[in-house]
Amino acid sequence: MLEARGLFKSYGDRAVVADLSLDVGAGEIVGLLGPNGAGKSTTVAMLCGLVGADRGEVFIVSGASRLALDENAHAAKRRIGVVPQELSIYENLGAAANLELFGALYGLAGALLRQRVDAALSLVGLADRARDKPQSFSGGMKRRLNIAAALVHDPDVLIFDEPTVGVDPQSRNAIFDNLETLRNRGKALLYTTHYMEEAERLCDRVVIMDHGRVVASDTLGGLYKRLPAVETLELEVEGAVDLVALAAATRVTRPAQEGTRLQVGVAELGRSTAQILTWLAAHGHGVHRISSGRADLEDVFLSLTGRQLRD
Amino acid sequence: MTSSTAFRALVRKDLVLYFSNRRALVMSILAPIVIAAFFGAIFGSGMDKPTRIPIAFADRDGSALSKSVAAAVKADAAFEVKDGDEAAAVALAREGKVRAAVVLPAGFGAQAREALTAGGARPVVAVHYDPSQATALTLVRGLLSQHVMKALGDSIAAPGASGGGDAARPPSFSLPFTTEAVESTSRTDRPYNGYAHSFAGMGVQFILFMGIEVGVGVLLARRLGLWKRLRAAPLSRGLLLGSHIASGAITALVLLAIIYAAAIGIFHVRIDGSVAGFVGIAIAFALLTSSFGLLIAAIGKTPEATRGLAIFATLVMVMLGGAWVPSFVFPPWLQTASLVVPTRWAVDGLDAMTWRGLGFDAAIAPIGVLLAFSVLFASIAIWRFDWEEPRG
Repeated sequence: MLEARGLFKSYGDRAVVADLSLDVGAGEIVGLLGPNGAGKSTTVAMLCGLVGADRGEVFIVSGASRLALDENAHAAKRRIGVVPQELSIYENLGAAANLELFGALYGLAGALLRQRVDAALSLVGLADRARDKPQSFSGGMKRRLNIAAALVHDPDVLIFDEPTVGVDPQSRNAIFDNLETLRNRGKALLYTTHYMEEAERLCDRVVIMDHGRVVASDTLGGLYKRLPAVETLELEVEGAVDLVALAAATRVTRPAQEGTRLQVGVAELGRSTAQILTWLAAHGHGVHRISSGRADLEDVFLSLTGRQLRD
Repeated sequence: MTSSTAFRALVRKDLVLYFSNRRALVMSILAPIVIAAFFGAIFGSGMDKPTRIPIAFADRDGSALSKSVAAAVKADAAFEVKDGDEAAAVALAREGKVRAAVVLPAGFGAQAREALTAGGARPVVAVHYDPSQATALTLVRGLLSQHVMKALGDSIAAPGASGGGDAARPPSFSLPFTTEAVESTSRTDRPYNGYAHSFAGMGVQFILFMGIEVGVGVLLARRLGLWKRLRAAPLSRGLLLGSHIASGAITALVLLAIIYAAAIGIFHVRIDGSVAGFVGIAIAFALLTSSFGLLIAAIGKTPEATRGLAIFATLVMVMLGGAWVPSFVFPPWLQTASLVVPTRWAVDGLDAMTWRGLGFDAAIAPIGVLLAFSVLFASIAIWRFDWEEPRG
């Protein structure tokens, strides 16, 4: 498994990552989310050994073995597979030749290397294109080869940095299947993404970063409980509603109105709905339509990191 | 109306994009200025005085006349004369350190006087010339004739001097000596092959261009994230950079071998000097090329800007190295200054091992200098290389 303890990194006076700790267990997918500039890339770079931390440590734990990345860099790196956000493959080398190269970087050779290459290509569904060059591949195939390149040395820990950018739904689903297969094989997977629905589908736990710090780390269920309202109610109403008075009278949260569309958060759908409708009628607001929905990870994310643009 | 608005917008966009690329702009302006200044300096305009031609002079006669000729040649502002015996003078021409070596034969004074006054046999003055610098031969011959005739005239007109010769034979009005032009190449039976220098120069230039591609390739790998994957592997920095130096050097060596195979097979260029020296210079230059590539990768920011700057630097290096025009046509100060340019040593070294036919000892200095530059470039590259990934 992967352990990070008290990671700190600054560039000049600016702390990019501050006292960050996280764990990724064997057979677990942990999502690492955060708005742009939150410090995800630096965190991932420190976890991969690409950037040294100013403070803190990264450990790769396997059974009784506990390797510190800064002290046993080569041994620890052998247990880590990295899937960069960029397509980090050689377009002019064949698919198998790419994997042979990356396997050789980890000391693999001969029959074992060929076996691992075949296995990695099979997992990502490219066994029949082993000799073809990636320049002839679709975007999705290149993404899958990008993943296979991180698997060929059979690492215990896999770090995926936005591996599905720019792929179609079919390829994305194929990649999700690959990740779930790897989880079932007992690998520890850290997954960064901006797509909340991906994290909801894949991740057992989610770590949300902002301004270099962890602002939440929990299971999806645990994160939803952090929201003041788990359900949302949307109504089409007449007239401008006094949102402050509505919130005070009915205990709804985050009331907002755009034109005729009124949206509120409620803790308990049944009782709250009746109270709201009663209050609206008493204040002369006709209601034409009503619908409800559950909060999702995006709601949690936005409630923790805010709605302001970061770029 | 719409089309003219669009046209103006498109033109404006191109101009803004071009002029906002400061590096490309500087290159577009700087490159022609530097190259024009270089050729202007070489081909004479603006120079205070003409370049003196370095020659060697050997007097095997030792007569009053030959001493007088030697003194006149030394005093001639057109020449920069190095004294020595015949062997040393010929060696200087062969090594390309002088453009010609003039050897006055034993008995020159008496024979020339006899030839002038009595039509006797004319002595033969050997002019060993560097065939890569053959334009100097005509000038050397002409000025030598002028000085010999003047010295002869002075000696005949001197008080107490006898006209000598056979009074029955009329005086000769032809030159009282002949010259024998001897190419100072590796072997006297082998004419100079002009392709040898061309292949040295162009080989050096285009292999350095390959070195640029090695460096730009590293920058591209970084941009594409490949560098991230390589650095995530359990590899030392030395291994990563060393592999680039090795692959770049092997590629350069293979290219140089193919270029010289064509030179030898098609254009009859020969390695008349030390083969071991040639191989040594080739290996040293290959290492220089790859370390130059790594230096480019270390100091470059983007592949596009770096490629332009590196091509400019390479053109300046090959220009000063004598790849386009031989370094002997440079003004003296530039000939001296260009010794700090590694390409000068590569081109001169390859020349020395091919048509000049010099031994391994002549390869030691070029090999040493090229290796020293390789170490310097690699050290700066390792020092300046940005290992860390983008911040954020």
